[in-house]
Amino acid sequence: MTTGTPPILEIRGLRKKFHDVEILRGIDLLVLPQELVFVIGPSGAGKSTLLRCCNRLEEPSAGSVQVGGVDITARSTDINAMRRQIGMVFQSFNLYPHMTALRNVTLALVKVLRKPRAEAERLGMAALDRVGLANKARSYPGELSGGQQQRVAIARALALEPKVMLFDEPTSALDPELVGSVLNVMRELKRGGMTMLVVSHEMRFARDAADRVIFMDHGLIVEEGPPQRIFSTPSEARTRAFIAELGR
Amino acid sequence: MEAIIQQFFNLAIMERALPLILSGLKQTILICVLVIPLGLAGGLACAILSLSRLRIARWAAVAGIDFFRAIPPLVLLIFIYAGLPFAGLRPSPMTAVAIAFFLNTSSYYGEIYRAGIESVGQGQWDAARSTGLRGYQTLAYIVLPQAVRNVLPDLVSNTVEVVKLTSIASVVALPELLYSADMARSVTFNSSPIVLAAAIYLVMLWPIVRLISRLERRVAA
Ligand SMILES: Nc1ncnc2c1ncn2[C@@H]1O[C@H](COP(=O)(O)OP(=O)(O)OP(=O)(O)O)[C@@H](O)[C@H]1O
Ligand SMILES: [Mg+2]
Repeated sequence: MTTGTPPILEIRGLRKKFHDVEILRGIDLLVLPQELVFVIGPSGAGKSTLLRCCNRLEEPSAGSVQVGGVDITARSTDINAMRRQIGMVFQSFNLYPHMTALRNVTLALVKVLRKPRAEAERLGMAALDRVGLANKARSYPGELSGGQQQRVAIARALALEPKVMLFDEPTSALDPELVGSVLNVMRELKRGGMTMLVVSHEMRFARDAADRVIFMDHGLIVEEGPPQRIFSTPSEARTRAFIAELGR
Repeated sequence: MEAIIQQFFNLAIMERALPLILSGLKQTILICVLVIPLGLAGGLACAILSLSRLRIARWAAVAGIDFFRAIPPLVLLIFIYAGLPFAGLRPSPMTAVAIAFFLNTSSYYGEIYRAGIESVGQGQWDAARSTGLRGYQTLAYIVLPQAVRNVLPDLVSNTVEVVKLTSIASVVALPELLYSADMARSVTFNSSPIVLAAAIYLVMLWPIVRLISRLERRVAA
Protein backbone atom coordinates (compact mmCIF):
# COMPACT_ATOMS: atom_id res chain seq x y z
CA MET A 1 0.00 0.00 0.00
CA THR A 2 1.20 3.45 -0.84
CA THR A 3 1.52 5.82 2.02
CA GLY A 4 0.81 9.44 1.44
CA THR A 5 -2.69 9.25 -0.06
CA PRO A 6 -5.09 9.99 2.76
CA PRO A 7 -7.42 7.06 3.39
CA ILE A 8 -11.15 7.33 2.69
CA LEU A 9 -11.96 5.15 5.67
CA GLU A 10 -9.78 5.08 8.72
CA ILE A 11 -10.70 2.84 11.62
CA ARG A 12 -8.64 3.15 14.79
CA GLY A 13 -8.85 1.00 17.90
CA LEU A 14 -12.50 0.18 17.24
CA ARG A 15 -14.23 -1.74 20.00
CA LYS A 16 -17.86 -2.74 20.33
CA LYS A 17 -19.53 -4.37 23.28
CA PHE A 18 -23.00 -5.86 23.41
CA HIS A 19 -24.09 -6.40 27.00
CA ASP A 20 -20.53 -6.59 28.31
CA VAL A 21 -19.46 -9.04 25.64
CA GLU A 22 -16.77 -7.54 23.46
CA ILE A 23 -17.59 -8.35 19.84
CA LEU A 24 -14.97 -6.06 18.27
CA ARG A 25 -11.76 -6.03 20.26
CA GLY A 26 -9.63 -3.32 18.72
CA ILE A 27 -9.84 -3.07 14.95
CA ASP A 28 -7.41 -0.92 12.97
CA LEU A 29 -8.09 -0.64 9.29
CA LEU A 30 -7.36 1.85 6.52
CA VAL A 31 -9.14 1.80 3.20
CA LEU A 32 -7.51 3.93 0.52
CA PRO A 33 -9.28 5.70 -2.33
CA GLN A 34 -10.50 3.29 -5.02
CA GLU A 35 -9.48 0.28 -2.98
CA LEU A 36 -11.67 -2.80 -2.72
CA VAL A 37 -11.07 -4.45 0.63
CA PHE A 38 -12.56 -7.85 1.26
CA VAL A 39 -13.44 -9.08 4.74
CA ILE A 40 -13.80 -12.78 5.41
CA GLY A 41 -14.15 -14.77 8.59
CA PRO A 42 -16.31 -17.29 10.41
CA SER A 43 -19.86 -16.59 11.52
CA GLY A 44 -19.91 -14.45 14.63
CA ALA A 45 -16.46 -12.98 13.95
CA GLY A 46 -17.93 -9.48 14.02
CA LYS A 47 -17.86 -8.66 10.31
CA SER A 48 -21.35 -7.19 10.16
CA THR A 49 -20.78 -5.33 13.40
CA LEU A 50 -17.60 -3.81 11.93
CA LEU A 51 -19.52 -2.55 8.90
CA ARG A 52 -22.40 -1.25 11.01
CA CYS A 53 -19.98 0.71 13.19
CA CYS A 54 -18.67 2.42 10.05
CA ASN A 55 -21.93 4.38 9.63
CA ARG A 56 -22.97 4.19 13.26
CA LEU A 57 -25.92 1.89 12.77
CA GLU A 58 -24.13 0.48 15.81
CA GLU A 59 -22.56 2.92 18.22
CA PRO A 60 -18.86 2.06 18.70
CA SER A 61 -17.90 1.51 22.35
CA ALA A 62 -14.39 2.87 21.83
CA GLY A 63 -12.07 3.97 19.07
CA SER A 64 -12.73 6.17 16.08
CA VAL A 65 -13.98 5.90 12.54
CA GLN A 66 -13.03 8.59 10.06
CA VAL A 67 -14.63 8.94 6.65
CA GLY A 68 -12.95 11.36 4.29
CA GLY A 69 -11.06 12.77 7.24
CA VAL A 70 -14.19 13.43 9.32
CA ASP A 71 -14.54 11.58 12.61
CA ILE A 72 -18.08 10.20 12.45
CA THR A 73 -18.01 9.23 16.10
CA ALA A 74 -17.41 12.83 17.21
CA ARG A 75 -20.28 14.54 18.98
CA SER A 76 -20.15 17.56 16.69
CA THR A 77 -20.50 15.48 13.52
CA ASP A 78 -23.90 15.46 11.83
CA ILE A 79 -24.19 11.72 11.36
CA ASN A 80 -27.11 11.98 8.93
CA ALA A 81 -25.07 14.21 6.65
CA MET A 82 -22.18 11.72 6.85
CA ARG A 83 -24.30 8.65 6.19
CA ARG A 84 -25.15 9.71 2.67
CA GLN A 85 -21.42 9.57 1.95
CA ILE A 86 -21.28 6.01 3.23
CA GLY A 87 -23.38 3.72 1.05
CA MET A 88 -24.54 0.47 2.57
CA VAL A 89 -25.81 -2.69 0.90
CA PHE A 90 -27.40 -5.43 2.98
CA GLN A 91 -27.62 -9.17 2.65
CA SER A 92 -31.41 -9.01 2.63
CA PHE A 93 -31.62 -6.01 0.22
CA ASN A 94 -34.04 -4.13 2.51
CA LEU A 95 -35.78 -2.35 -0.32
CA TYR A 96 -38.89 -0.43 0.67
CA PRO A 97 -41.62 -2.81 -0.51
CA HIS A 98 -44.31 -0.13 -0.80
CA MET A 99 -42.32 2.00 -3.24
CA THR A 100 -41.29 1.52 -6.85
CA ALA A 101 -37.64 0.89 -7.66
CA LEU A 102 -37.28 4.52 -8.71
CA ARG A 103 -38.89 5.83 -5.52
CA ASN A 104 -36.57 3.60 -3.50
CA VAL A 105 -33.66 5.35 -5.16
CA THR A 106 -35.01 8.91 -5.10
CA LEU A 107 -36.39 9.04 -1.56
CA ALA A 108 -33.15 10.10 0.11
CA LEU A 109 -32.29 12.39 -2.81
CA VAL A 110 -35.49 14.29 -2.12
CA LYS A 111 -35.67 14.04 1.67
CA VAL A 112 -31.99 14.17 2.62
CA LEU A 113 -30.33 16.07 -0.22
CA ARG A 114 -33.42 18.22 -0.84
CA LYS A 115 -33.22 17.77 -4.60
CA PRO A 116 -36.23 18.92 -6.59
CA ARG A 117 -38.32 15.96 -7.71
CA ALA A 118 -37.44 16.24 -11.39
CA GLU A 119 -33.72 16.31 -10.71
CA ALA A 120 -34.03 13.46 -8.20
CA GLU A 121 -35.78 11.36 -10.84
CA ARG A 122 -33.09 12.12 -13.37
CA LEU A 123 -30.36 11.12 -10.92
CA GLY A 124 -32.39 8.09 -9.85
CA MET A 125 -32.78 6.92 -13.43
CA ALA A 126 -29.06 7.40 -14.00
CA ALA A 127 -28.28 5.27 -10.94
CA LEU A 128 -30.71 2.55 -12.06
CA ASP A 129 -29.10 2.69 -15.49
CA ARG A 130 -25.68 2.05 -13.96
CA VAL A 131 -26.96 -1.18 -12.44
CA GLY A 132 -28.71 -2.09 -15.70
CA LEU A 133 -32.25 -1.68 -14.42
CA ALA A 134 -33.54 1.54 -15.96
CA ASN A 135 -36.32 -0.53 -17.52
CA LYS A 136 -37.52 -1.65 -14.06
CA ALA A 137 -37.92 1.86 -12.62
CA ARG A 138 -41.69 1.49 -12.21
CA SER A 139 -41.59 -2.03 -10.76
CA TYR A 140 -42.15 -2.76 -7.10
CA PRO A 141 -39.54 -4.83 -5.24
CA GLY A 142 -41.97 -7.75 -5.03
CA GLU A 143 -41.98 -7.91 -8.83
CA LEU A 144 -38.20 -8.16 -9.10
CA SER A 145 -35.84 -11.12 -8.76
CA GLY A 146 -33.43 -11.19 -5.83
CA GLY A 147 -30.55 -10.15 -8.07
CA GLN A 148 -32.55 -7.24 -9.44
CA GLN A 149 -33.60 -6.17 -5.96
CA GLN A 150 -30.00 -6.14 -4.81
CA ARG A 151 -29.00 -4.07 -7.81
CA VAL A 152 -31.75 -1.56 -7.00
CA ALA A 153 -30.40 -1.46 -3.45
CA ILE A 154 -26.95 -0.71 -4.85
CA ALA A 155 -28.45 2.04 -7.01
CA ARG A 156 -30.17 3.49 -3.94
CA ALA A 157 -26.82 3.87 -2.21
CA LEU A 158 -25.02 4.91 -5.37
CA ALA A 159 -27.40 7.75 -6.20
CA LEU A 160 -26.20 9.64 -3.14
CA GLU A 161 -22.65 9.64 -4.56
CA PRO A 162 -21.02 8.04 -1.54
CA LYS A 163 -17.31 8.24 -0.89
CA VAL A 164 -17.22 4.64 0.21
CA MET A 165 -19.61 1.72 -0.03
CA LEU A 166 -20.07 -1.03 2.53
CA PHE A 167 -21.38 -4.39 1.36
CA ASP A 168 -22.54 -6.95 3.91
CA GLU A 169 -22.73 -10.34 2.18
CA PRO A 170 -24.51 -8.84 -0.83
CA THR A 171 -24.87 -12.15 -2.64
CA SER A 172 -25.49 -14.68 0.14
CA ALA A 173 -29.27 -14.44 -0.10
CA LEU A 174 -29.28 -14.98 -3.84
CA ASP A 175 -29.87 -18.05 -5.95
CA PRO A 176 -26.52 -19.07 -7.50
CA GLU A 177 -27.55 -18.08 -11.02
CA LEU A 178 -28.30 -14.50 -9.87
CA VAL A 179 -25.03 -13.91 -8.02
CA GLY A 180 -23.11 -13.03 -11.18
CA SER A 181 -25.31 -10.05 -12.07
CA VAL A 182 -24.64 -8.42 -8.69
CA LEU A 183 -20.90 -9.15 -8.80
CA ASN A 184 -20.74 -7.65 -12.29
CA VAL A 185 -22.25 -4.44 -10.98
CA MET A 186 -19.67 -4.39 -8.19
CA ARG A 187 -16.89 -4.94 -10.76
CA GLU A 188 -18.24 -1.98 -12.70
CA LEU A 189 -18.17 0.14 -9.56
CA LYS A 190 -14.59 -0.87 -8.94
CA ARG A 191 -13.69 0.08 -12.48
CA GLY A 192 -15.39 3.42 -11.93
CA GLY A 193 -13.12 4.07 -8.98
CA MET A 194 -15.50 3.41 -6.10
CA THR A 195 -13.95 2.66 -2.70
CA MET A 196 -15.48 -0.48 -1.22
CA LEU A 197 -15.39 -2.53 1.94
CA VAL A 198 -16.99 -5.88 1.23
CA VAL A 199 -17.90 -8.72 3.55
CA SER A 200 -18.35 -11.74 1.33
CA HIS A 201 -17.21 -15.26 0.77
CA GLU A 202 -17.19 -15.14 -3.02
CA MET A 203 -13.56 -16.21 -3.29
CA ARG A 204 -13.37 -16.14 -7.04
CA PHE A 205 -14.62 -12.58 -7.09
CA ALA A 206 -12.13 -11.68 -4.36
CA ARG A 207 -9.27 -13.14 -6.34
CA ASP A 208 -9.90 -11.03 -9.41
CA ALA A 209 -11.38 -7.86 -7.90
CA ALA A 210 -10.07 -7.38 -4.36
CA ASP A 211 -6.96 -5.37 -3.60
CA ARG A 212 -6.69 -6.80 -0.13
CA VAL A 213 -8.31 -9.52 1.91
CA ILE A 214 -8.79 -9.28 5.65
CA PHE A 215 -9.39 -12.34 7.76
CA MET A 216 -11.30 -11.64 10.97
CA ASP A 217 -11.98 -13.93 13.89
CA HIS A 218 -13.34 -13.27 17.36
CA GLY A 219 -13.44 -9.51 16.93
CA LEU A 220 -9.88 -9.11 15.70
CA ILE A 221 -8.10 -8.88 12.38
CA VAL A 222 -6.04 -12.03 12.30
CA GLU A 223 -4.24 -11.43 9.05
CA GLU A 224 -4.44 -9.42 5.88
CA GLY A 225 -2.81 -9.35 2.50
CA PRO A 226 -3.37 -9.60 -1.25
CA PRO A 227 -5.99 -12.19 -2.19
CA GLN A 228 -3.52 -14.56 -3.87
CA ARG A 229 -1.45 -14.82 -0.72
CA ILE A 230 -4.34 -15.05 1.76
CA PHE A 231 -6.13 -17.71 -0.26
CA SER A 232 -3.07 -19.73 -1.32
CA THR A 233 -0.49 -19.36 1.43
CA PRO A 234 -2.03 -17.86 4.56
CA SER A 235 0.43 -17.53 7.39
CA GLU A 236 -1.97 -18.08 10.29
CA ALA A 237 -3.30 -21.51 11.13
CA ARG A 238 -6.79 -20.12 11.77
CA THR A 239 -6.89 -18.52 8.33
CA ARG A 240 -5.70 -21.72 6.72
CA ALA A 241 -8.40 -23.72 8.48
CA PHE A 242 -11.09 -21.25 7.46
CA ILE A 243 -9.98 -21.13 3.81
CA ALA A 244 -9.85 -24.90 3.69
CA GLU A 245 -13.39 -24.99 5.06
CA LEU A 246 -14.57 -22.48 2.44
CA GLY A 247 -12.94 -24.36 -0.39
CA ARG A 248 -14.83 -27.54 0.39
CA MET B 1 -97.08 -14.23 16.50
CA GLU B 2 -99.28 -11.20 16.02
CA ALA B 3 -98.24 -10.02 19.49
CA ILE B 4 -94.56 -10.35 18.69
CA ILE B 5 -94.92 -8.32 15.52
CA GLN B 6 -96.91 -5.72 17.44
CA GLN B 7 -94.27 -5.50 20.15
CA PHE B 8 -91.06 -5.60 18.09
CA PHE B 9 -91.82 -4.81 14.45
CA ASN B 10 -94.58 -2.24 14.72
CA LEU B 11 -94.10 -0.09 11.63
CA ALA B 12 -96.48 2.64 12.77
CA ILE B 13 -94.51 3.10 15.99
CA MET B 14 -91.21 2.98 14.15
CA GLU B 15 -92.43 5.70 11.86
CA ARG B 16 -93.46 7.87 14.81
CA ALA B 17 -90.11 7.28 16.52
CA LEU B 18 -88.11 7.91 13.37
CA PRO B 19 -87.43 11.66 13.79
CA LEU B 20 -86.20 11.11 17.34
CA ILE B 21 -84.06 8.15 16.29
CA LEU B 22 -82.59 10.07 13.38
CA SER B 23 -81.57 12.89 15.68
CA GLY B 24 -79.98 10.21 17.88
CA LEU B 25 -78.17 8.84 14.85
CA LYS B 26 -76.86 12.33 14.17
CA GLN B 27 -75.44 12.50 17.70
CA THR B 28 -73.87 9.06 17.32
CA ILE B 29 -72.23 10.11 14.07
CA LEU B 30 -71.06 13.32 15.72
CA ILE B 31 -69.46 11.34 18.56
CA CYS B 32 -67.76 9.05 16.04
CA VAL B 33 -66.45 11.93 13.97
CA LEU B 34 -65.02 13.41 17.15
CA VAL B 35 -63.61 10.38 18.94
CA ILE B 36 -62.28 8.22 16.08
CA PRO B 37 -59.77 10.80 14.79
CA LEU B 38 -58.88 11.69 18.38
CA GLY B 39 -58.25 8.03 19.18
CA LEU B 40 -56.27 7.43 16.00
CA ALA B 41 -54.06 10.43 16.73
CA GLY B 42 -53.70 9.62 20.43
CA GLY B 43 -52.91 6.02 19.61
CA LEU B 44 -50.21 7.02 17.17
CA ALA B 45 -48.70 9.32 19.79
CA CYS B 46 -48.72 6.45 22.34
CA ALA B 47 -47.09 4.08 19.87
CA ILE B 48 -44.37 6.56 18.95
CA LEU B 49 -43.76 7.32 22.61
CA SER B 50 -43.39 3.61 23.31
CA LEU B 51 -40.54 3.51 20.75
CA SER B 52 -38.73 6.41 22.37
CA ARG B 53 -35.12 6.14 23.38
CA LEU B 54 -36.02 7.64 26.75
CA ARG B 55 -36.87 4.89 29.18
CA ILE B 56 -39.29 7.08 31.15
CA ALA B 57 -41.27 7.93 28.00
CA ARG B 58 -41.43 4.29 26.98
CA TRP B 59 -42.54 3.33 30.44
CA ALA B 60 -45.23 6.03 30.55
CA ALA B 61 -46.61 4.94 27.19
CA VAL B 62 -46.74 1.27 28.12
CA ALA B 63 -48.26 1.99 31.54
CA GLY B 64 -50.86 4.30 30.01
CA ILE B 65 -51.80 1.82 27.31
CA ASP B 66 -52.14 -1.01 29.84
CA PHE B 67 -54.07 1.07 32.37
CA PHE B 68 -56.71 2.38 30.00
CA ARG B 69 -57.13 -0.97 28.32
CA ALA B 70 -57.81 -2.58 31.67
CA ILE B 71 -60.38 -0.01 32.90
CA PRO B 72 -63.91 -0.71 31.68
CA PRO B 73 -64.88 2.23 29.47
CA LEU B 74 -68.23 2.61 31.21
CA VAL B 75 -66.47 3.03 34.56
CA LEU B 76 -64.12 5.57 33.01
CA LEU B 77 -67.01 7.55 31.51
CA ILE B 78 -69.02 7.65 34.73
CA PHE B 79 -65.94 8.59 36.68
CA ILE B 80 -65.23 11.51 34.36
CA TYR B 81 -68.83 12.68 34.17
CA ALA B 82 -69.88 12.16 37.78
CA GLY B 83 -66.53 12.12 39.55
CA LEU B 84 -64.78 15.16 38.11
CA PRO B 85 -67.41 17.60 39.45
CA PHE B 86 -66.07 16.79 42.91
CA ALA B 87 -62.80 18.30 41.70
CA GLY B 88 -64.67 21.39 40.60
CA LEU B 89 -64.81 20.45 36.91
CA ARG B 90 -68.17 20.08 35.24
CA PRO B 91 -67.72 18.52 31.82
CA SER B 92 -70.73 18.51 29.49
CA PRO B 93 -71.88 15.03 28.45
CA MET B 94 -70.14 15.44 25.09
CA THR B 95 -66.89 16.57 26.72
CA ALA B 96 -67.00 13.68 29.17
CA VAL B 97 -67.62 11.24 26.32
CA ALA B 98 -64.78 12.75 24.28
CA ILE B 99 -62.31 12.48 27.18
CA ALA B 100 -63.31 8.94 28.14
CA PHE B 101 -63.20 7.73 24.55
CA PHE B 102 -59.93 9.50 23.90
CA LEU B 103 -58.30 7.66 26.80
CA ASN B 104 -59.88 4.33 26.03
CA THR B 105 -59.56 4.22 22.25
CA SER B 106 -56.08 5.77 22.16
CA SER B 107 -54.81 2.89 24.23
CA TYR B 108 -56.36 0.30 21.93
CA TYR B 109 -55.28 2.04 18.74
CA GLY B 110 -51.87 2.60 20.33
CA GLU B 111 -51.40 -1.09 20.95
CA ILE B 112 -52.41 -1.87 17.36
CA TYR B 113 -50.01 0.70 15.89
CA ARG B 114 -47.26 -0.63 18.14
CA ALA B 115 -47.77 -4.16 16.86
CA GLY B 116 -47.78 -2.78 13.32
CA ILE B 117 -44.54 -0.90 13.80
CA GLU B 118 -42.94 -3.98 15.30
CA SER B 119 -44.06 -6.03 12.32
CA VAL B 120 -41.76 -3.93 10.12
CA GLY B 121 -38.28 -5.41 10.26
CA GLN B 122 -35.17 -3.73 11.61
CA GLY B 123 -33.73 -3.97 8.10
CA GLN B 124 -36.10 -1.25 6.90
CA TRP B 125 -34.86 1.08 9.62
CA ASP B 126 -31.24 0.19 8.84
CA ALA B 127 -31.66 0.81 5.13
CA ALA B 128 -33.41 4.13 5.55
CA ARG B 129 -31.07 5.42 8.25
CA SER B 130 -28.04 4.36 6.18
CA THR B 131 -29.13 6.79 3.46
CA GLY B 132 -29.21 9.65 5.95
CA LEU B 133 -32.94 9.76 6.63
CA ARG B 134 -33.68 10.86 10.17
CA GLY B 135 -35.65 8.76 12.63
CA TYR B 136 -38.93 10.63 12.18
CA GLN B 137 -38.55 10.58 8.38
CA THR B 138 -37.96 6.84 8.46
CA LEU B 139 -41.05 6.43 10.60
CA ALA B 140 -43.19 8.63 8.35
CA TYR B 141 -42.11 7.42 4.90
CA ILE B 142 -40.94 3.87 5.46
CA VAL B 143 -42.21 2.27 8.64
CA LEU B 144 -45.70 3.68 9.25
CA PRO B 145 -47.04 3.07 5.74
CA GLN B 146 -46.05 -0.58 6.02
CA ALA B 147 -47.17 -0.82 9.65
CA VAL B 148 -50.62 0.56 8.91
CA ARG B 149 -51.00 -1.73 5.94
CA ASN B 150 -50.11 -4.73 8.09
CA VAL B 151 -52.61 -3.91 10.84
CA LEU B 152 -55.35 -2.29 8.77
CA PRO B 153 -57.87 -5.05 9.58
CA ASP B 154 -57.23 -4.51 13.31
CA LEU B 155 -57.53 -0.75 12.99
CA VAL B 156 -60.84 -1.09 11.19
CA SER B 157 -62.11 -3.75 13.64
CA ASN B 158 -61.28 -1.49 16.51
CA THR B 159 -63.12 1.34 14.80
CA VAL B 160 -66.23 -0.86 14.60
CA GLU B 161 -65.87 -1.50 18.33
CA VAL B 162 -65.63 2.23 18.94
CA VAL B 163 -68.83 2.88 16.98
CA LYS B 164 -70.65 0.22 18.98
CA LEU B 165 -69.23 1.56 22.21
CA THR B 166 -70.66 5.03 21.56
CA SER B 167 -73.95 3.65 22.91
CA ILE B 168 -72.54 3.95 26.44
CA ALA B 169 -72.86 7.72 26.03
CA SER B 170 -76.52 7.10 26.89
CA VAL B 171 -75.60 6.73 30.57
CA VAL B 172 -74.56 10.37 30.74
CA ALA B 173 -77.82 11.37 29.02
CA LEU B 174 -76.20 12.19 25.71
CA PRO B 175 -79.08 11.65 23.30
CA GLU B 176 -77.31 9.36 20.86
CA LEU B 177 -78.91 6.53 18.91
CA LEU B 178 -79.53 4.08 21.73
CA TYR B 179 -80.62 6.78 24.17
CA SER B 180 -83.14 8.17 21.69
CA ALA B 181 -84.47 4.74 20.85
CA ASP B 182 -84.86 3.90 24.51
CA MET B 183 -86.68 7.16 25.09
CA ALA B 184 -89.07 6.31 22.26
CA ARG B 185 -89.55 2.86 23.80
CA SER B 186 -90.44 4.30 27.17
CA VAL B 187 -93.07 6.69 25.80
CA THR B 188 -94.64 4.16 23.41
CA PHE B 189 -94.37 1.13 25.72
CA ASN B 190 -93.18 -0.74 22.66
CA SER B 191 -89.78 -2.25 21.73
CA SER B 192 -89.94 -1.50 18.05
CA PRO B 193 -87.79 1.66 18.31
CA ILE B 194 -84.97 -0.45 19.79
CA VAL B 195 -85.27 -2.89 16.90
CA LEU B 196 -85.08 0.06 14.51
CA ALA B 197 -81.94 1.35 16.26
CA ALA B 198 -80.39 -2.12 16.07
CA ALA B 199 -81.18 -2.23 12.36
CA ILE B 200 -79.47 1.11 11.88
CA TYR B 201 -76.33 -0.09 13.68
CA LEU B 202 -76.38 -3.19 11.52
CA VAL B 203 -76.72 -1.26 8.28
CA MET B 204 -73.89 1.04 9.31
CA LEU B 205 -71.48 -1.62 10.46
CA TRP B 206 -72.19 -4.64 8.32
CA PRO B 207 -70.38 -3.28 5.22
CA ILE B 208 -67.39 -2.44 7.39
CA VAL B 209 -67.33 -5.93 8.85
CA ARG B 210 -67.36 -7.31 5.31
CA LEU B 211 -64.50 -5.00 4.45
CA ILE B 212 -62.50 -6.35 7.38
CA SER B 213 -62.71 -9.93 6.11
CA ARG B 214 -61.52 -8.76 2.73
CA LEU B 215 -58.63 -6.82 4.23
CA GLU B 216 -57.68 -9.81 6.35
CA ARG B 217 -57.52 -11.97 3.28
CA ARG B 218 -55.40 -9.38 1.50
CA VAL B 219 -52.93 -9.05 4.37
CA ALA B 220 -52.68 -12.82 4.69
CA ALA B 221 -51.91 -13.09 0.97
N1 LIG C 1 -27.49 -6.02 18.35
C1 LIG C 1 -26.80 -7.02 18.95
N2 LIG C 1 -27.02 -7.32 20.25
C2 LIG C 1 -26.35 -8.30 20.84
N3 LIG C 1 -25.42 -9.07 20.25
C3 LIG C 1 -25.16 -8.84 18.95
C4 LIG C 1 -25.84 -7.80 18.24
N4 LIG C 1 -25.38 -7.80 16.95
C5 LIG C 1 -24.45 -8.78 16.89
N5 LIG C 1 -24.32 -9.41 18.08
C6 LIG C 1 -23.40 -10.51 18.36
O1 LIG C 1 -22.12 -10.16 17.91
C7 LIG C 1 -21.46 -11.26 17.34
C8 LIG C 1 -20.92 -10.90 16.00
O2 LIG C 1 -22.01 -10.66 15.15
P1 LIG C 1 -21.82 -10.22 13.65
O3 LIG C 1 -23.19 -10.19 13.05
O4 LIG C 1 -21.02 -9.00 13.57
O5 LIG C 1 -20.99 -11.43 13.07
P2 LIG C 1 -20.65 -11.77 11.55
O6 LIG C 1 -19.18 -11.92 11.49
O7 LIG C 1 -21.28 -10.79 10.65
O8 LIG C 1 -21.32 -13.19 11.38
P3 LIG C 1 -22.11 -13.81 10.12
O9 LIG C 1 -21.08 -14.37 9.19
O10 LIG C 1 -22.93 -14.90 10.73
O11 LIG C 1 -22.92 -12.73 9.52
C9 LIG C 1 -22.44 -12.41 17.33
O12 LIG C 1 -22.11 -13.29 18.38
C10 LIG C 1 -23.77 -11.76 17.57
O13 LIG C 1 -24.59 -12.60 18.32
MG1 LIG D 1 -22.86 -10.82 9.27
